[in-house]
Amino acid sequence: MIHLEKRPQPSQFWSLFTPVIAVVVTMIAGGLLFAALGKNPLEAIRTIFYDPLFGEFSFYYRPQLLVKGGPLILIAIGLSLGFRAGIWNIGAEGQYILGAICGAAVGLAFYPSESVFIFPLMILAGLLGGMLWSMIPALLKVKFGTNEILVSLMLVYVAEQLLASMSLGLLRNPEGHGFPGSRNFQDYPSGHNAEILAGTGLHWGVAMAFIAVIFAYILLNKHILGFNIRLTGEAPRAARFGGVNPTRLTILCMGISGALAGLAGLFEVSGPSGQISIDFNVGYGFTAIIVAFLGRLHPIGILLAGLLMALTYIGGEIAQANLGLPAAAIQVFQGMLLFFLLALDLLSNFRIRFAAKGAA
Amino acid sequence: MDLSAISPTLLIASLMVAATPLLLAAIGELVVEKAGVLNLGVEGMMIVGAICGFAVSVETGSPYLGILAAMAGGAILSMLFAFLTQFALANQVASGLALTLFGLGLSALMGQGYVGVKPPAMGTLNIPVLSDLPFVGPILFGHDLVLYIGLGLTAAVWATLKYTRVGLILRAVGENHEAAHALGYHVVRVRILAILFGGACAGLGGAYISLIRVPQWTEGMTAGIGWIALALVVFASWKPWRVLLGAYLFGGINVLQLNLQAAGIAIPVEYLAMSPYLITILVLVILSADKSAAPASLGRPFHASH
Repeated sequence: MIHLEKRPQPSQFWSLFTPVIAVVVTMIAGGLLFAALGKNPLEAIRTIFYDPLFGEFSFYYRPQLLVKGGPLILIAIGLSLGFRAGIWNIGAEGQYILGAICGAAVGLAFYPSESVFIFPLMILAGLLGGMLWSMIPALLKVKFGTNEILVSLMLVYVAEQLLASMSLGLLRNPEGHGFPGSRNFQDYPSGHNAEILAGTGLHWGVAMAFIAVIFAYILLNKHILGFNIRLTGEAPRAARFGGVNPTRLTILCMGISGALAGLAGLFEVSGPSGQISIDFNVGYGFTAIIVAFLGRLHPIGILLAGLLMALTYIGGEIAQANLGLPAAAIQVFQGMLLFFLLALDLLSNFRIRFAAKGAA
Repeated sequence: MDLSAISPTLLIASLMVAATPLLLAAIGELVVEKAGVLNLGVEGMMIVGAICGFAVSVETGSPYLGILAAMAGGAILSMLFAFLTQFALANQVASGLALTLFGLGLSALMGQGYVGVKPPAMGTLNIPVLSDLPFVGPILFGHDLVLYIGLGLTAAVWATLKYTRVGLILRAVGENHEAAHALGYHVVRVRILAILFGGACAGLGGAYISLIRVPQWTEGMTAGIGWIALALVVFASWKPWRVLLGAYLFGGINVLQLNLQAAGIAIPVEYLAMSPYLITILVLVILSADKSAAPASLGRPFHASH
């Protein structure tokens, strides 16, 4: 009979290797799924994971890796701080939208100014927009004990409606012949989030994501706040005795994750996406949750997980164009990855013993 | 704007229709939470139920087979959650989110060929004499079978929890799983059954949207109803009749905002459409002061070796 024995401490070895195994198992399960859809599984897997990196057109796809990975990493870094402390901000998608709306609104208000202050101002507005949106569930949680999971999620649906209203009304391009959507920032140099090095995909948002990774690494390992976050997650009672103020911690974690999600939204709207439109948001806020877990809530892990998830997006698009693989198949693939990861986590927290029944 | 176009009879009748998917999903989740498990995957199970029910109805031509398929679909998806949280002892919050993310993708994949297709209609149960009564007739006796199942289920869950041995065991497992285990009850088995029941209910709720309320298939058509159902359980302080009351309240808000949209009120459509979510938040705030009603073991994993 299989018997589980709780490890006194999560196994370091398995903590590092379960994500790798989860990816391999997901590839196998994904292959079966693709086969069930009538595609050659090996070809599909190769198209998704190999072609964007080393295939014929990889010079085009490699920069995309940073473009897609940047926002995922940025959002996931913020979420991971809260998740570590048991604060569940699930509404990053809404904070991402609000960051985009606020940042874009500030930029568009000054159109067609050529001041160099516009873009920094937009960054600030995006950061604040995301942060203020995350303060709603945070303050309701600390004031009234309201569940932050449900409130932050409800606010995603509110934000989506707000986005639709903005692209149809207030922020609509006055020269857009009545079509929904704002002016395009690609035609507005002082508000444009251009590539830092042309052709690399490296824009300011990606640079910000790397900074966030370093910042989070130092915070978690060298700073008392990082220690308090980890302590609250692992031993909430001890944390309280240790003088950790849960109210402050909640507001801080939610605020940071909201601000980073807002930044991601601003960099996206002023860069790769270019404009506020009804379907501007593409689910980065939700995929970032997978990235955070896949990266083991660790900054370096999140960096790698974000790039991997970006790869599935890009590979998925190639597979869609070349093999006719439905877009939703990639979403299923990403969901499966989270499943396998959670299931395999068993290995890092428990020893599996094969013992005769009753021997224990 | 012409408010006289809104008929109170139709309003109440359509309120009951709007409330039913919420009621079904929430009553299922109530049982799950009473067993001490927090399954955040309601939205995922609903949308999978919606497409399973839709696809099977279209393929077989029978809405009743579709309804059964939706329940099966929701329950099968919930088995993944049961496996993760009860055997692999994974975090319940993360597992529930995984279920929703996976369910949204899976349903989109399954629904590829069904966009724009019309499902076979499920007739209303027209009870002679009663349905023809003025005012009361269309409100109380002119609905489809599933709506009455929802009401019946609420009563059944209430009675089971309150008066039966099964209900007692379920509550014991949810309140104090260590004690329930010491008394010889199979905590994990009870929880798995509760999770399956919740999955079937959510699936049924989803199918109600795609087969009866809307009736068509579009990606992501549950649009947060699963999450509102989760909020509803908190709103109801884990009491079945208050789930019913809450569902009708939310159904009412939803129908009212749709009617106001149709009547051409001066508020932009987007602001009306966000009202159900805003009101959900408001209600959560008002009611979250009282946490005493929550099952004591809610969200805590159980492992017999402790």
